[in-house]
Amino acid sequence: MIQTASIGQRLTLLLAGVAAALSVLSWGMVTSLAAQAAARTQDNVLAASATTIAETLRSEQGEVRLELPYAAFAMLGAISEDRVFYRVIAADEVLTGYDDLPAPATSEIGQVVFDTGQYRGAEIRMSSVTRLVLAGMERVAVTVSVAQTRDGVDAVTSDISRLAGLLSVAFFFVAVALSAIAARLSLRPLNLIAASVSRRGPSDLRPLLRAAPADLAPLLDALNRLMERLRLSIRRSEDFIAEAAHRVRTPLATVRTQAEIALRTVSDEAEKERLRRIIRAVDESARSAGQLLDHATVAYRVEDLARDRLDLSDLARQTAAALEPTAAMRDIQFTLDLTPAPIRGDAVLLDSAIRNVLDNAIKYSPEDTTVSLQIVLDAAQARLRVRDQGTGLGDGPMDVLTERFRRGGNVAGVVGSGLGLTIAAEVLRAHGGRLELENCENGSGACVSLVLPLV
Amino acid sequence: MRYLLVEDNAELADGIVKRLAMDGHAIDHAATLAAAEDCLAVAHYDLILLDVMLPDGDGRDFLARSRAHLETPVIMLTARAQVSDRVGALDQGADDYITKPFDFLELEARCRAVLRRRGGLARNQIALGPAQFDPAAGTLEHDGQTIDLRNREIRLLEIFARHPGQILSKAQVMDHLFSYDAEVTENAIEVYVGRLRRRIDGMGFRIETVRGLGYRMDTDAP
Repeated sequence: MIQTASIGQRLTLLLAGVAAALSVLSWGMVTSLAAQAAARTQDNVLAASATTIAETLRSEQGEVRLELPYAAFAMLGAISEDRVFYRVIAADEVLTGYDDLPAPATSEIGQVVFDTGQYRGAEIRMSSVTRLVLAGMERVAVTVSVAQTRDGVDAVTSDISRLAGLLSVAFFFVAVALSAIAARLSLRPLNLIAASVSRRGPSDLRPLLRAAPADLAPLLDALNRLMERLRLSIRRSEDFIAEAAHRVRTPLATVRTQAEIALRTVSDEAEKERLRRIIRAVDESARSAGQLLDHATVAYRVEDLARDRLDLSDLARQTAAALEPTAAMRDIQFTLDLTPAPIRGDAVLLDSAIRNVLDNAIKYSPEDTTVSLQIVLDAAQARLRVRDQGTGLGDGPMDVLTERFRRGGNVAGVVGSGLGLTIAAEVLRAHGGRLELENCENGSGACVSLVLPLV
Repeated sequence: MRYLLVEDNAELADGIVKRLAMDGHAIDHAATLAAAEDCLAVAHYDLILLDVMLPDGDGRDFLARSRAHLETPVIMLTARAQVSDRVGALDQGADDYITKPFDFLELEARCRAVLRRRGGLARNQIALGPAQFDPAAGTLEHDGQTIDLRNREIRLLEIFARHPGQILSKAQVMDHLFSYDAEVTENAIEVYVGRLRRRIDGMGFRIETVRGLGYRMDTDAP
């Protein structure tokens, strides 16, 4: 499965991105508002200062006089430590102050105008107001200019900007944390659906009926449709196997039955032998067909193994009981020495494994002998040991006996397909166990152990 | 024994009916579940042989439906070697199942096992001199004592019990005694006859060897 970035991460990232953009924007806005506010304050004070000075203008003996009020400069000092410059011009003649201050923009009488410019190596803001003063018989236009450097304003602005920056960063981090929580919360229904699917057993293909947010309805629908298709396809392969078995085995049963009838009615020994051969061939093909179909069933069931709680001793007892009449036909008896052994697995498959092992034991045992079933437990595993009193498994290597269609070297004259032990071994492997084959330590007979992990 | 066979394949049903009749059983045949219900309504059977796949339904469903009022033991005939099928059949209330194609000796053995488990519903005793032989239950009663016979012994005794006083050849005995999937020699017959003789010793009947011809069962003269 190719994994792309998780939805949660994407959502978090997206929300964090938005938060970052908003943080930067708000920082910029605060900074610019602060700068504007500081500039406006300075302008107001400058205007007030210039106006105050202009208020003190009077004429005396036809000359314009003024007294520089202390308050006019004190209020400037109140907002910052900036240097303050002033100039009073009466009828184009500098009355007092710094005569090299830049000329103010022209303005109407009584109006305060502002200028920004360079003076003595620093940026200054200057407000000017012009007033008419009656000097003798003339009206003289007197312009009062008050200027101040902008360092203080800039300092205030950058202080506020720094604070705003810190707040924005904090806001950003809080926003990221909230985004992560929001992402998790909004993905919760998805996780709940995933959990309820994975809690199910392998054969549980019922549709999911859990209530889910509308956004997830298409996903849920698709999932349910998929499960329905899966259910149908499993059903079809099961039906196919059943149908195939039916088609193959019913005619074989007819042939076998007719051959048995014929065998009872003919008396010629050579003909009887031919009929026996027919019966043997029918048995062989029925057995092979059965095991091939069993093998197909095993193959698809181990793909998705059921993990039910089972007791190995129950399974062994039931399977032995089912095979008892078959064993009795050859006067073979089962002896059971079983202790409870809790395991997990698929009862159908395990039954099939035990059945194949017992089937082999019955087939290869001499008449009138005993097949013993014993369960031995150790700390981690249960061992179902099946011993017979037959000729054993031969001297060849043991592991090849579980290969498909492989039969032991000493089985001439017994009907078999060579799939029985393969099926048993595959079932045990799927359950995390194994099939162990050996010749019995005390003389003759095979000893087959089905080893399974205990719960 | 009276059997009801429910099987839709005419050829197979015909064979099974003929073959069971050879062993002296009465057998009715129904090709559908509906026909089976008709038979069950009018007659009493010792055992039902029920196919799984029938034209008007699944034998297992039929069994699940009618188990409540059906006391007759049922052996399912299944074509599948698959285990889920077997387990399913037993869960639905079948007493046993047998996989097609089957050996009639195995069918007989399973019928016997089912009837024994059910407590000998069909008591069908054959008198052998002073002793009573019940082939369905596999028991031999003599002098107030009951002994359980093993499978081969039951079959062997049954052959002789059904043909009292007749000479049976070794080949005839062999056909009744062994499955055809095993290679058997006539020596094996002697072994089994020898063992049966020891079991019936002193019960008032004997199996005699008729030199060159075979065996014959005789009861002691009273």
